[in-house]
Amino acid sequence: LAPWVPVVGLEIHAQISSNSKLFSGSQVQFAAPPNSLVSFFDASLPGTLPVLNRRCVEAAVMTGLALKCSINKKSLFDRKHYFYADLPAGYQITQQRVPIAVNGSLSYSLCIDNKMSQMVTKTVRIKQIQLEQDSGKSLHDDARSQTLVDLNRAGVGLMEVVMEPDMCCGEEAAAAVRELQLILQTLGSSQAVMAEGQLRVDANVSVHRPGEHYGVRTEVKNINSVRFLAKAVDYEIQRQIEELESGGTILNETRAFDSKLGCTVPMRDKEGKQDYRFMPEPNLPPLILYDAKSLPANTNHQQVVNIDWIHERLPDLPSVKRAKLVERYGILPEHSFTLLNEDGLAEFFENVVKQTQMKPKKVIGWILNDLLSYLKQHSLTVKESPVSSFLLADLLNLLEKKEISSTAAKQVLVELWKGEGKTPLEIVKEKKLELIQDQKELEQICQAVIDGQENEVIMMVLG
Amino acid sequence: ALKGGSRFQVSAALTEGRVAPTELCQRCLSLIKSTKFLNAYITVAEETALKQAEESEKRYRRGQPLGVLDGIPIAVKDNFNTAGIETTCASNMLKGYISPYNATVVQRLLDQGAVLLGKTNLDEFAMGSGSTDGVFGPVRNPWSYSRQYKEKSVPKSHSEDEESNWVITGGSSGGSAAAVSSFTCFAALGSDTGGSTRNPAAHCGVVGLKPTYGLISRHGLIPLVNSMDVPGILTRCVDDAAVVLGSLAGHDPKDSTTIQDNFKPFEVPNLTDVSKLSIGIPKEYHAPGLSSEILALWSKAADLFKNAGAKVIEVSLPHTRYSIVCYHVLCTAEVASNMARFDGLEYGHRSDMNKSTESMYAATRREGFNDVVRGRILSGNYFLLKQNYENYFIKAQKVRRLIANDFVKVFGSGVDILLTPTTLSDAVPYMEFIKEDNRTRSAQDDILTQAVNMAGLPAINVPTGLSERGLPLGLQFIGQSFQEKQLLTVAKWFEKQVKFPMIQLEVKRHDHSAFQHQKSASFS
Repeated sequence: LAPWVPVVGLEIHAQISSNSKLFSGSQVQFAAPPNSLVSFFDASLPGTLPVLNRRCVEAAVMTGLALKCSINKKSLFDRKHYFYADLPAGYQITQQRVPIAVNGSLSYSLCIDNKMSQMVTKTVRIKQIQLEQDSGKSLHDDARSQTLVDLNRAGVGLMEVVMEPDMCCGEEAAAAVRELQLILQTLGSSQAVMAEGQLRVDANVSVHRPGEHYGVRTEVKNINSVRFLAKAVDYEIQRQIEELESGGTILNETRAFDSKLGCTVPMRDKEGKQDYRFMPEPNLPPLILYDAKSLPANTNHQQVVNIDWIHERLPDLPSVKRAKLVERYGILPEHSFTLLNEDGLAEFFENVVKQTQMKPKKVIGWILNDLLSYLKQHSLTVKESPVSSFLLADLLNLLEKKEISSTAAKQVLVELWKGEGKTPLEIVKEKKLELIQDQKELEQICQAVIDGQENEVIMMVLG
Repeated sequence: ALKGGSRFQVSAALTEGRVAPTELCQRCLSLIKSTKFLNAYITVAEETALKQAEESEKRYRRGQPLGVLDGIPIAVKDNFNTAGIETTCASNMLKGYISPYNATVVQRLLDQGAVLLGKTNLDEFAMGSGSTDGVFGPVRNPWSYSRQYKEKSVPKSHSEDEESNWVITGGSSGGSAAAVSSFTCFAALGSDTGGSTRNPAAHCGVVGLKPTYGLISRHGLIPLVNSMDVPGILTRCVDDAAVVLGSLAGHDPKDSTTIQDNFKPFEVPNLTDVSKLSIGIPKEYHAPGLSSEILALWSKAADLFKNAGAKVIEVSLPHTRYSIVCYHVLCTAEVASNMARFDGLEYGHRSDMNKSTESMYAATRREGFNDVVRGRILSGNYFLLKQNYENYFIKAQKVRRLIANDFVKVFGSGVDILLTPTTLSDAVPYMEFIKEDNRTRSAQDDILTQAVNMAGLPAINVPTGLSERGLPLGLQFIGQSFQEKQLLTVAKWFEKQVKFPMIQLEVKRHDHSAFQHQKSASFS
């Protein structure tokens, strides 16, 4: 019997990094006192109207360009209706008919069989990117039978990035999301920190037999980290396979990932299919974007968004940065991945290289094996490292000049982690770790050892 | 502020010190009290009005009035947000709701020194054509208490007295129209989505201007149909309407549907030569149910232009008859959407029902909205369902474009202004009006005004004559997009020709002499 083909697509909501919300001037800020960042419009007070935030449009255009999308020069806003306590207007303003960007792609890499040495590149198609409002937050207080609503988040700008079902497992999904995170962070269009809710991922999962139609899919929500994403997807694939193999059927439902139990469970809230009664948003004219060709003469610079202008100013994307690292320093591709994966690590590496004579190919080992593993062990970020790039470079210089052995260097590093402010040289002198370069001195030592072990030497010579 | 301009009656009186703003304000407040039976006002903001009048007075004493509107008492329909003053939309849902901000139009009037007397009555959430379906009761047409009407009315029986014979104002801006008509204010704001400013203007014998969509900000106007709503202006003469228009029009960054272009306030020119004018008479506006009186008046008006040398031609707007049905779909769809925010959570009425969020929502909305509103929400949601969207909403939008194109074609063929009736007949007695339901009435009454909203064009009701029953009859001029100056110019010329009579209001008042200044029809 042919194996099952799992199919995974993703809907990712990235909070736009901006000072104010998508359609109103209230501030965007994490963890502010409840209901302290709510404008009249956010609270849906009658008579208020949406006004589009330019920065949010630019963020979406940047992201679209980075994901190789076509930017729609004309896109539209719609209302998506449903009743919920955290949605004050009873509808969300989104882009359902014509989103701001379509038809892009994202390349990401995986290690085969967990071996860093074998990386393979995959691509996932980006169906579209749309601008939409975030909802508020509701907290259920079952003890007092009440729901507490905080509207601070209501109206914050989101980019919804839809990835086509080109992925086949949790690992691919995780790798794709990780790459998207890096891209968003590089662009600055979103800080994309999953733990702070700036990046939310919903997975669409189904399985089918090869050659047959796609199976019924379920939507998996409530995934709070990239690691949990991989787990949730893999669990769901397995669950569906087991269900189908035992003669059951898959319901087109929404399931929540329970991170404690490591499984997905049906969500009670979503009963029956919702008809969102989409309608054009009448208070927002079509969003018109320009490029160098279409920009009319005498336009007010402040009133238009120029796609070409944004394109010219895009920073190097992660894939470009990695390629440059490999080319410039002769490190392996998989090294460049690890360097970019850790916030600040690439910069650290480059700083060390600048300050040492040791070849980058050798430096990288110290960065990835010694520095990184220490940081991981102690749950530290690169910024929090007690060993600065200066200190490490200093140490590596001693090694390079053959003043110490590599074993000694590792001992020095252990001391440096303590962060007591001593320089590598000071530690070397303290612990008498200097390599002896003098031939005569070495002979004397050896002779002394031999002299001290006369019997053993005679036995050895006699065979 | 408007500089100079022609000598305006009450403004002139204020400037020359013949009357003080506080005095004017007091008189209006007193008259509001005397005409309380009209039920034109929901809220009278006596304290704040007097304060504003005092401030105005100080400015006049310094010789530094802000403009023509400084010290002029005005009223605002109760669907506009007014900071610190209750804004109810004549609905239980917003009873007691104190706006935390001023609608842009309100702010602009206040910035010009206008004195806000209060909020006027309307159909609940502006849904209706009679101003009879609000929770504070119906508005009575001041003409019901005019000598002109009383002279002509024949009591049907002994038991019938003027109490049961009163006529409606039309709607939904009936309170504003009645307020202007009964001299309690010099100008009022209404709103117009399907005729809600022009219709009551016609029935109450006042000027009702619907501006081009996008000319005046809707920020703070509680919406009925976002894509058709406009703030409307009600005054006693065309010149006054131009003054108010001048203070309101122009881009508002808070409303993304307002045009960017700068608006130049204007004085309405005194047209003497109409020979270069081309007036179109759309034949489809000879609607079924049009009273013979209005037909005759319309004809007479056309002749007036012809005899004065204008070109008067019959034109066709073939898709007119679809506008009501089209409006019904688009209006209810937007209503369903706009009303979704009223859940009792953040503001407004909240039901005591607290078994669950959903049951609280349902009870709140059932208690807060009247049948008319709930009916439109249900219809609208039906049309927006996925399986219906294409056949109803999309279709209606396509028909809307056809209706708008009718006007484009006609104006493109050399016609400057269209002349049509505003209503099918004069105001009907309330007892008769309520025999039919809101939906039927709206469908009947909107027929001559609705298509204009579809197309976003400017239009104005000019009081033209009195009916056999002694009630006002008005005619409508429809202009081209953003050509308010041309529209008002023609309207003013016509106004001069027809010399509509002043209402002879018979109201018990304490101070007879105080009525003197109110008698001046205009402030400008």
